[in-house]
Amino acid sequence: MSEKNRATPLLDELEKGPWPSFVKEIKKESERPMVRDLLGLLERSYEEHIGHWKHGGLVGVMGYGGGVIGRYSDLPEEFPEIAEFHTYRVNQPSAWFYTSDALRTLCDIWDRHGSGLTNMHGSTGDIIFLGSKTEALEPCFADLTEAGFDLGGSGSDVRTPSCCVGPARCEWACYDTLEACYDITQTYQDELHRPAFPYKYKFKFAGCPNDCVASIARSDMSVIGTWKDNIQIDQEQVREYAAGGTDIEAEICEMCPTGCITWNGEQLVIDNSECVKCMHCINVMPRALKPGKERGATILIGAKAPIIGGALLSSVFVPFLEMEPPYEDLKELAEAIWDFWGEYGKNRERVGEFIQRVGLGNFLEEIGLDPVPEMVAHPRTNPYIFFDEELEEDEDE
Amino acid sequence: MSQPTVEEVADAMYDLVKATHGKKNLKAMDLTKAMIEKFGDDAVDKKLCKLAIRQLIDSGRCIYSYFGGSFITLPPDEDSGG
Ligand code: HEM
Ligand code: HEM
Ligand code: SF4
Ligand code: SF4
Repeated sequence: MSEKNRATPLLDELEKGPWPSFVKEIKKESERPMVRDLLGLLERSYEEHIGHWKHGGLVGVMGYGGGVIGRYSDLPEEFPEIAEFHTYRVNQPSAWFYTSDALRTLCDIWDRHGSGLTNMHGSTGDIIFLGSKTEALEPCFADLTEAGFDLGGSGSDVRTPSCCVGPARCEWACYDTLEACYDITQTYQDELHRPAFPYKYKFKFAGCPNDCVASIARSDMSVIGTWKDNIQIDQEQVREYAAGGTDIEAEICEMCPTGCITWNGEQLVIDNSECVKCMHCINVMPRALKPGKERGATILIGAKAPIIGGALLSSVFVPFLEMEPPYEDLKELAEAIWDFWGEYGKNRERVGEFIQRVGLGNFLEEIGLDPVPEMVAHPRTNPYIFFDEELEEDEDE
Repeated sequence: MSQPTVEEVADAMYDLVKATHGKKNLKAMDLTKAMIEKFGDDAVDKKLCKLAIRQLIDSGRCIYSYFGGSFITLPPDEDSGG
């Protein structure tokens, strides 16, 4: 059946309309037998309202416990070309910078070994190669490593870290996100390729609280740039914004979440002790305002973004950390967390859920971090708080 | 008990994976805990177990598999059940 294009009336519907269409893109490659069977199988799923893929346990190449998502079709006789249709996660460069030559190299490798279909990029950040037969895995991996690429993470391991564009193109970056992402990726190669955790562990690096990689919503360890001192103000530029029609009172002062900005028509004054680094004022007047000079990052722990329910945002663990190579404090914290969660976490329990289960107090004690007010995510809702332990400790001293 | 070598721990891990094959899937931490139990926490630690797992996988005696989480199992050709 894979000799000619079959009719796909339901998929064709997805080509209509002004928006981009994955069906249109896939059809461009429909001279390939794998792609024709893929379209056929997908049409079948739309007809029957059920998926036809199963996992099958396969996870990687020799020595690796992640990087390949094994996929098999449950209709191998009808769609033989895609009976095996595995996905590769290939570790992307920091902030997704490529030379056109690197892109051609990747595409050539994938033309030789797989369906030719890619997803640039997957949600975690990797380069995604869609559709490989089992026999092609090792040769494709050999070509990738030859070209300087490696597989990313999957399963219960450190997932491929990712970062925002940071100082490469963005003046708000409070630390070098690309460098930090690269360093952590290299340091934790073992944890990335050899799954040893209860579940996945994601690092994401954002240069400032705008958090362009959405680290707070989906990473177990969010590293978000921030500053300790005062927002830098160019008063001349503020006056220019005002002259240019920006209503400073309404658009800046009244929208500051902590109400810590005043404007008298001449001078903008910020009470920095009340600033929560939301970035609003800076985003509205980028020529006039800049993050302070004493820069670093806030480390937040415990987000997860599941498909069905139970989303969690990460919450503050270390309010301010200097972000200079070799990032010893960050690594020490990550390793302390892995040690405790690794030993006591249940299968498929993310670190955020683990903290909810064991309690933040116990968690902090185990990883050796002192509680600080910034860790309080919201006012308490549980009146049962017991201070006995602390009282006893005091008596002992 | 004297300190076992990486190979000895890897062998013991392999025996455990083989013994539980088809009955219970083991994660890296399950193997680690079992080895600390077996040899004693003064003889083996997490670090040694990590090296032993590496040995186990790199030698091809065991592979990583995914069943809603990452497990260490026998390679498919030794899968007697098929
Ligand atoms: C001037 C009088 C009172 C003051 C200033 C006061 C103050 C407070 C405060 C500060 C709390 C803690 C709220 C929290 O944990 O977030 C509280 C809780 C509570 N109070 Fe009072 N209270 C007063 C009178 C009373 C009276 C007369 C009763 C009962 C007849 C009462 C029953 C409770 C109960 C049951 C709670 C716990 C509420 C909960 O668990 O959500 N209080 N009170
Ligand atoms: C048979 C009688 C009663 C039963 C079965 C009962 C049951 C309960 C239960 C199950 C709770 C929730 C506990 C929790 O959240 O863990 C509760 C809370 C509470 N009950 Fe009762 N109760 C009874 C009588 C009373 C009476 C007579 C009073 C007051 C005069 C009272 C005052 C309260 C208060 C203030 C709370 C909230 C405690 C807090 O949140 O700190 N209860 N009760
Ligand atoms: S997160 Fe901040 S530093 Fe990074 S790209 Fe976005 S605005 Fe720039
Ligand atoms: S960054 Fe946000 S909280 Fe801080 S001064 Fe600007 S608007 Fe206010």
